[in-house]
Amino acid sequence: MVTKTDPLSRDYKYGFHDQDVSVFRTEKGLSRKVVTAISQHKGEPEWMLEFRLKALGHFPKRPMPAWGADLSDINFDDIYYYVKPVDEQLNSWDDVPLSIKNTFDRLGIPEAERKFLAGVSAQYDSEVVYHSIHADLEKRGVIFSDCDTGLRLHSDIFRKYFGTIIPPNDNKFASLNSAVWSGGSFVYVPKGVHVEIPLQAYFRINSDNMGQFERTLIIAEEGSYVHYIEGCTAPTYSSNALHAAVVEIIAHKGAHVRYTTIQNWSDNVYNLVTKRAVAYEDATVEWIDGNLGSKVTMKYPAIYLMGERAHGEVLSAAFANSGQHQDAGSKCIHVAPHTTSNVVSRSISKGSGRTSYRGHIKVLPAAYDVKVNVRCDALLLDEESQSDTYPYMDIDNPDVTIGHEASVSKVGEDQLFYLRSRGISEQDATALIVNGFFEPFAKELPMEYAVELNRLLALSMEGAVG
Amino acid sequence: MPDPAMLLDVAGLHATIDSKEILKGVDMRIPHGEIHALMGPNGSGKSTLAYALTGHPKYQITAGSATLKGTDLLPLTADLRAQLGVFLSFQHPTAIPGVTMVNFLRAAMRSQGKELSAREFLTRLTYEMAELKMDESFRSRYINDGFSGGEKKRAEILQMALLQPQLAILDEPDSGLDVDALRIVADGVRRAVEGSAGKMGVLLITHYNRILEYLRPDTVHIFSAGRVVASGGPSLAKEIEAMGYEGLLGEVAPVSASA
Repeated sequence: MVTKTDPLSRDYKYGFHDQDVSVFRTEKGLSRKVVTAISQHKGEPEWMLEFRLKALGHFPKRPMPAWGADLSDINFDDIYYYVKPVDEQLNSWDDVPLSIKNTFDRLGIPEAERKFLAGVSAQYDSEVVYHSIHADLEKRGVIFSDCDTGLRLHSDIFRKYFGTIIPPNDNKFASLNSAVWSGGSFVYVPKGVHVEIPLQAYFRINSDNMGQFERTLIIAEEGSYVHYIEGCTAPTYSSNALHAAVVEIIAHKGAHVRYTTIQNWSDNVYNLVTKRAVAYEDATVEWIDGNLGSKVTMKYPAIYLMGERAHGEVLSAAFANSGQHQDAGSKCIHVAPHTTSNVVSRSISKGSGRTSYRGHIKVLPAAYDVKVNVRCDALLLDEESQSDTYPYMDIDNPDVTIGHEASVSKVGEDQLFYLRSRGISEQDATALIVNGFFEPFAKELPMEYAVELNRLLALSMEGAVG
Repeated sequence: MPDPAMLLDVAGLHATIDSKEILKGVDMRIPHGEIHALMGPNGSGKSTLAYALTGHPKYQITAGSATLKGTDLLPLTADLRAQLGVFLSFQHPTAIPGVTMVNFLRAAMRSQGKELSAREFLTRLTYEMAELKMDESFRSRYINDGFSGGEKKRAEILQMALLQPQLAILDEPDSGLDVDALRIVADGVRRAVEGSAGKMGVLLITHYNRILEYLRPDTVHIFSAGRVVASGGPSLAKEIEAMGYEGLLGEVAPVSASA
């Protein structure tokens, strides 16, 4: 059958960029001078500068990953590691500079605010430019701020946990982040506090040749609950941008942390993120991870199940269009007995796009009565598109129940014909099937995000049809 | 020449799949408002005719014509034929996980320019589902996903009722149904025909006389080896039941071959 239009050609609606409004930026490239300048500019304590410089020392020693996606195009010398867009952080929307405000208007931040979210934080290039949290959450002791503020105002808690889950020498990009990090979210939920409405953060890269290295630290004390959501975008530039974030989550006894992200970077962003959580006794950690954009994504949210009956969930969805490689997956490390994990991955490849599922399940000798369930399904939209699965399992205890299912399928001719026989065009029929394939993921999202995901997918599939 | 006064006019239609010829010169005319039954042995090409008329991309038309009210169907893709008013009730409807019936039905109606407001749509849907004795949970279930045989058939008739086509091709809407379900489906078809003010035509593919007793076709066609070999009134269906295709085709085949 001849297709006249490309039904999935990508129309990147966040491809606009504002004029450079930065008030301060470091010189290009990475050096002691640059790292020291960042730290001094932020007025950080001595221990943080030492932490950064130590991480900088690890960075050249750590190897580039020899597996996964092709990273050979990254030129670490051609990147601005720190760009500050505004003089100070603002708590009133009216005070945000117009050009930045317009950007976030288009991303929907004011709407998010109107919906009475528990808290909102917006990061533009390296710094958080706007932040608010509900007064009653503050009264209950919940901290939701950017990470720099967390370091400044809550240094005891901050220092106790920062860099403990992902040490600066963990991998090359964690080293890089540890050296030049800026912004990101700091969340602290006291014992027994349930934050009913999600805390939200938006990250936006706006400068050319920019690296964004936000750092997120979430601490949930005993029996608490929090849902943290972030969305990420960047405009399209001819040169590549680098996003290398680090996210650390600590879920204490009986705590429940859900972390949701929808990343919709433009197709010239290297998205190389280290995400790791520890779950103590009876705690639950859920990573809900959607990757729609970027040139290359390498991201494997990890959960260390440290205490008995801890539970981990990783639910991910990836869409790779032509020229994109989504190398995503999960790691579940079962350290304690009676721990359970559930991994569900859905990926779609189109054109020369490639999705890879890379999963690691490890069960330590002391961890008996462990249950693991892994399911990954890939959908190919055409002959050219590609998908691979790399499941790794290290099981050192015989008392383990493991389920692993994987499938690769193509958009079925019968499904397409069924929808088209009802009058639905090929584009719309494909979009329906694609949305349906992502439904197990979408139904876990808050409604406005699920609608946005469907809209983004539909937009990508409109093609040239007017 | 195609007859524009005729709802469906098929003449000398040949079709192949994987270069194997299945349809070998089908002639059939269905006037507005008539119900035509199509019967014939398994493998004679009845479902292929249904697919060929609705534009399944796997089937190649190699000769002949098919028009709906004078409009040539053959150059059109399946969605455009549906938008003209051709509907197919599938013998084995495919499942589409993750797509809810309600989203699908709205998308289908929108594509055919029959979009209703959310409120009107829900009222219509609730009414039609009640007529077909379908549980409300159908709305939020995924298309044909985990449906029983009977549920699938009803869901097909529900789609027909909402889309109000000009021509409904029903490929064994009665197979696998018990007596009660059969009556519900047959009532649904009759309601659609009557509701169309005598405009909608039906091509009903079936093996069984029972549904024909409910629906009383105007014409019965017998299909064999890729074409219509005999046409007649409802009594023809009774003869098939009494004599079997072999007995009957032994008589009529030579006549039709020389026709």
